[in-house]
Amino acid sequence: MIQGKVHRYGSDVDTDVIIPARYLNTTDPEELAAHCMEDIDKGFTSRVSPGDVIVAEDNFGCGSSREHAPIAIKASGISCVIANSFARIFYRNSLNIGLPILECSDAVRAIRDGDEVEIDLARGLITDLRSGETFGAKAFPDFAIELINDGGLVEYTKKLIKQRESGSL
Amino acid sequence: MSMTITEKILAAHAGREKVEPGEIIKARLDLVMGNDITAPIAIDKFEKLGASGVFDRERVAIVPDHCTPNKDIKSAELVARCRRFARQHDLPYFFETGRAGIEHALIPDQGLVGPGDAVIGADSHTCTYGALGAFSTGVGSTDLGCAMAVGETWFKVPEQIKFVYYGSLPPYVSGKDLILYTIGKIGVDGALYSSMEFTGEAIEALDMAGRFTMCNMAIEAGAKNGIVPPDGKTMEYIKGRVRRGYTLYESDPDAVYSRVIEIDCSGLEPQVSFPHLPENARPVSEASQVAIQQAVIGSCTNGRIEDMRAAAAVLAGRRVHKDVRCIILPSTQQVVLQMIKEGLMEAFIEAGCVVSTPTCGPCLGGHMGVLAKGEKAISTTNRNFVGRMGHTESEVYLASPAIAAASAVLGRIGSPEELK
Repeated sequence: MIQGKVHRYGSDVDTDVIIPARYLNTTDPEELAAHCMEDIDKGFTSRVSPGDVIVAEDNFGCGSSREHAPIAIKASGISCVIANSFARIFYRNSLNIGLPILECSDAVRAIRDGDEVEIDLARGLITDLRSGETFGAKAFPDFAIELINDGGLVEYTKKLIKQRESGSL
Repeated sequence: MSMTITEKILAAHAGREKVEPGEIIKARLDLVMGNDITAPIAIDKFEKLGASGVFDRERVAIVPDHCTPNKDIKSAELVARCRRFARQHDLPYFFETGRAGIEHALIPDQGLVGPGDAVIGADSHTCTYGALGAFSTGVGSTDLGCAMAVGETWFKVPEQIKFVYYGSLPPYVSGKDLILYTIGKIGVDGALYSSMEFTGEAIEALDMAGRFTMCNMAIEAGAKNGIVPPDGKTMEYIKGRVRRGYTLYESDPDAVYSRVIEIDCSGLEPQVSFPHLPENARPVSEASQVAIQQAVIGSCTNGRIEDMRAAAAVLAGRRVHKDVRCIILPSTQQVVLQMIKEGLMEAFIEAGCVVSTPTCGPCLGGHMGVLAKGEKAISTTNRNFVGRMGHTESEVYLASPAIAAASAVLGRIGSPEELK
């Protein structure tokens, strides 16, 4: 179970504001986290606490393919991102590196900045502890669940390589 | 069993007769690609897999182009990491500075992608190669690292959107203007998770450079891929370049689309996308009050020789406005060489432009032309997000090479038709 405070944003939060390109000369998660959301919310890194949640509107993570964006968010302590929709590369990257993301318009509509929320990832349930309301997120496709259960794309691919080597595929 | 061109390519690479939107498939890949920012993380992931080697050394390309020539020590270390990996695995398509260029111009020019291919690249503008009738899409580093080992990846088959452009293009209206107008019409998530198929008489009339520009910016509408059905121009382009076999696909006449969007091009004005989203497209005539301090002409979107010619045609014999820095950013070394042969280099330098080595630098505010607080730039690149080219209080206006060149002379946004 995840519990944390909500940091709320609007639509089209792009990867350049999540982690500006001037910091892409490093791949270190801690260094990236130190500049997370810098160009949209300068106070983010000082306000965020481990377990906190980002809630945004449409098309979160649009723009570049930089995996540095979900890496920075995850390393900053964010435990889950909830949005109406995600840009497709950001969606893939988050699944691949194990940053939980949920699509849930009802939750986005109701949850306010600063609210405390509780999330049951396995069941896709989001509870706003201020209002007591619970919202059901859109289910992941079966393949995504397989990826998550395997522990991400690297573990999934390791399994695939072993199967190939043993001639079972 | 009717399918679109995108569905046919995905079906062929999944070993299937037919695929439908929404299905998850595992597809074989013809090429996987990364750059100096994304490949180092992919290499880390690859090394965690315990694979005996890359799936096919001829099908893994690494193009250091974002922070090259190395802008600082950290960037130099990232490129060095790519270089060591390329040597270790004896990769023929690691492109060293001096033989490189901006990945999305270089890869097609080098014949590493052909019609009917399925390609992933750890860069969002990998969708560019759809101009050749290939399925090509951007992914992240983990996807790249895993695909380098196994030569396949998973895709959700996208919904299909068909765009039909009819009429002929008015003067100074280019592929860039068509795609900015289209994104303006449907929004930055207007094609989210979908495929954008560009068709119609105006697309048939476009040169390959214009088609690359349009497919390049499909991601700016949220699309998974952009694609143009191959024709005689495609064949002419790949002739003598393409290094592998290829397959020509076309959409069936009764293929199913989630949407069909028709656009009449004959009345279009050149377009300018205002800050801070590519969807803020307006006719250039509505931008004439915007004074600029920088013009950037080039990049993976508009750095081909045809783009350089379009800019030079405007700048030759004129002077860049005294308050403007005009940066010319050719996409590959071959383009630079051709510019010298055709006298474009001389025209640009006499006009007061600076000509950069091929690099992604200024497009993403990396180096070679970063904006200060309050500055405004017109740019032929692809994104105008907050802080994209520098300070968070700077502004980027997206346009075509002809419009950017005219604006550099005028000192404000304008069209070549306004020049004496």
